[in-house]
Amino acid sequence: MELDAIDRAIINRLQGGFPVCERPYAQAAQSLGMSEQALIARIGKLVEGGVLSRFGPLFNADRLGGSAVLAAMAVPEEQYEAITEIVNAQREIAHNYRREHELNMWFVGSAEQVENVEAAFARIEKLTGHPVYRFPKQREFFVELKLTV
Amino acid sequence: MNAPEPLFSPDALDLALIRATQGGLPLVPQPYHALAEVVGATADEVMARLARMQQAGIIRRIGAVPNHYALGYKANGMTVWDVADSEVDRLGEIVGQLPFVSHCYRRPRRLPLWPYNLFAMVHAKSREEVEAMAAEIAALLGYACKGRDILYSSRILKKTGLRIGG
Repeated sequence: MELDAIDRAIINRLQGGFPVCERPYAQAAQSLGMSEQALIARIGKLVEGGVLSRFGPLFNADRLGGSAVLAAMAVPEEQYEAITEIVNAQREIAHNYRREHELNMWFVGSAEQVENVEAAFARIEKLTGHPVYRFPKQREFFVELKLTV
Repeated sequence: MNAPEPLFSPDALDLALIRATQGGLPLVPQPYHALAEVVGATADEVMARLARMQQAGIIRRIGAVPNHYALGYKANGMTVWDVADSEVDRLGEIVGQLPFVSHCYRRPRRLPLWPYNLFAMVHAKSREEVEAMAAEIAALLGYACKGRDILYSSRILKKTGLRIGG
């Protein structure tokens, strides 16, 4: 999807700070120098075009008492597809990436209870016969990402 | 920011709001009023709850959530560092401040396979850019860092949204 200056302004300036008020799009549109309807239509197009994964609140699952744990496996090449299927079939597995390293499969287990994440990892170990290396976060450092386009 | 923050206990209305907004806000002039109808509350209640969840850090921010891949940030590199235990907390804070770092965590080593205890995810348009960013991180870490690697994702095998609140 081709982005014009208005799309860029929306992406660069509306990654946070969207107001919680009666007419939030109208308020945000004003700071961007556009109309409420135009802003709503643009956001709709950016979401539809896949440029935005969504427009709304970004939740911090950890703060809710939910639990997300990063883990990795060293998967032999000839078993890669089969093990991908096993890992992806667990509903607790939210993300799974192939990465270039001896540890070549990296996934995140996520559930409201940490025991459920652990149970999913244990199931994967049992079903695949390979260890799942857990990398729980010991500390999160503050980041302020502002992607610019 | 250093002390663990107390957990927020969402009640039924909070959970209903989380479920109703995980996919995004309604694209209508009065989105909080529209949400109010969905969750069976008043618009004022909805706004108060959202404000409270923002304050509690449950909502990191509200706005556009960009899709890095679609925007050309295709070279996401997980940079990983073996940093002296006595220095990792101080240095992690500094690395997290870099504008191109999207996540920064201290995690356990898994020796001998995995000697790295600091993870910093960087997003760039090319591997050359990722490497330049990693060099910047390396310079910040200095002698406290004994080893490093960059893991690129070569395939997304699964990606689902967070399933908060059921």
